[in-house]
Amino acid sequence: MTTPTTYAWEISAHDLAVRVGRRRMAVDGVTLTMGRGVHGLLGPNGAGKTTLIRTLATVLRPTSGTLTLLGGLDLRELRRRIGYLPQEFGYYRRFTVREFVEYMAWLKEMPSRDIPAAVQRAVERVGLADRADDRLKTLSGGMVRRAGIAQAIVNDPEVLLLDEPTAGLDPAQRMRFRELLVELGTDACVIVSTHLVEDVATACTDVVLLADGKLVFQGTPAQLAAAGTDGHAGDSSIERGYTALLATPKRQGSW
Amino acid sequence: MTAHHPGEQLLLRYARGDENIPADELWAVESHLETCAACRGRLAPEPVADAVWLELAPLLDHTPQMTPARPWRRRLAAWVSPSAGPWLAMILLVTFVAVLLDRITSLTPGDVSLVLLVAPVLPVLGVAASWGRALDPAYELAAATPRAGLPLVLRRTAAVLAVVVPSLLAAGWSTGASLAQWLLPCLAFTAGTLALGGLVGVTRAAITLIAVWAVAIVAPTVALSRTSVAFAPAAIPVWAAALALGLLVIALRRTAFTRLRANR
Repeated sequence: MTTPTTYAWEISAHDLAVRVGRRRMAVDGVTLTMGRGVHGLLGPNGAGKTTLIRTLATVLRPTSGTLTLLGGLDLRELRRRIGYLPQEFGYYRRFTVREFVEYMAWLKEMPSRDIPAAVQRAVERVGLADRADDRLKTLSGGMVRRAGIAQAIVNDPEVLLLDEPTAGLDPAQRMRFRELLVELGTDACVIVSTHLVEDVATACTDVVLLADGKLVFQGTPAQLAAAGTDGHAGDSSIERGYTALLATPKRQGSW
Repeated sequence: MTAHHPGEQLLLRYARGDENIPADELWAVESHLETCAACRGRLAPEPVADAVWLELAPLLDHTPQMTPARPWRRRLAAWVSPSAGPWLAMILLVTFVAVLLDRITSLTPGDVSLVLLVAPVLPVLGVAASWGRALDPAYELAAATPRAGLPLVLRRTAAVLAVVVPSLLAAGWSTGASLAQWLLPCLAFTAGTLALGGLVGVTRAAITLIAVWAVAIVAPTVALSRTSVAFAPAAIPVWAAALALGLLVIALRRTAFTRLRANR
């Protein structure tokens, strides 16, 4: 990934709005830019994280506003450079890990001579090499997630979108995954939506906070931590910053 | 370059990626190699390759090797949606049962051909299984790839028709239904599913078309126990027009299949 780019930001959105269903604006007037690095997408449930990621994955069309990915390529060329792991990650139970990742590589229009090696590399990066020829239905939930991450990175994407990738991973796997994130973030624009604030603290170079479809905050994890005071709810400085920016009052027993 | 050529030992250590070479020596070897073809040639011969291989060989035993995935599966998945397999089997079964029932009831006069009644519904199910959200678990993954779009949808539809049409051909031959009676409704419903699917989503389109078929054709036919006008020779131009309309709408809405809306 050494070719010079002709654009300033991998992702640039201006006043982006996406309607879901008839009325609800799940993403409402978001303006942001993202470059290489790992961007953590935080926000309460229903904040519009999944809708934003789907829009970035080009499967949803923005209702209004402009979205420019990789300087504006045509859809097909753009999708070849995107990796996407949806939140509801569906897979074919009878496929082996290798067959599944190979099939995804085929769907991503990779040259067929590159596919076996790329698949092997992706599977090794997520630590599934020893299970590569096992059927997906025999794998544990965490392994299936890792197979999902493998299919997302198989085409060496320039924009990598991961919607709740750490769900179902045990603590050791999460740590390994964060290392992988940091590694991927050096030459790609990685966007990770998560509920786990510690994922953000350790792996992300940048935090984007959404609430009710609106952008509340974009900055470094340190800036997020600085927003909180001891008076805010949370176990870590980043959690306190999170609650401070969302302005949720500290109440006992409320959700 | 008239400079000193690096010694055999140093070159060997360099080739192995020895981390203990002092930085200045490493730099000197590297820049020398860039300009000196003779020394690059010295790197290539077997002793070096042997040395590298010697270190790799023990690792290879416990590194899982790339085994080729079953090639038939890759070739098959390029046409048949991986989720459609069980549905295609079901289509064959339904056709078989319809033929069987036709055979039994044909002993009584004034009968209705069950094969004709199921013919348009079968490909609709197959198409829904290939692109619909309800039946394809990995719909969202596929929808975000560059290959998603009308060409892939048509490939998968062709695979469904490749199963449906021959099985109905056999069924029609054994029950005596004429080709035009079932083939045109079958193709018109297939095109209709995709055309409507581009507008409201394939799953919804399939449910709508099957419901319309059941209410408008199947129910009256069964209730009155006589073959509907839809199968009369006079209806053939109507079916042909419906097919043409469906194809036209598909062509106009061809970009719809690159978005998630088309899976609904």
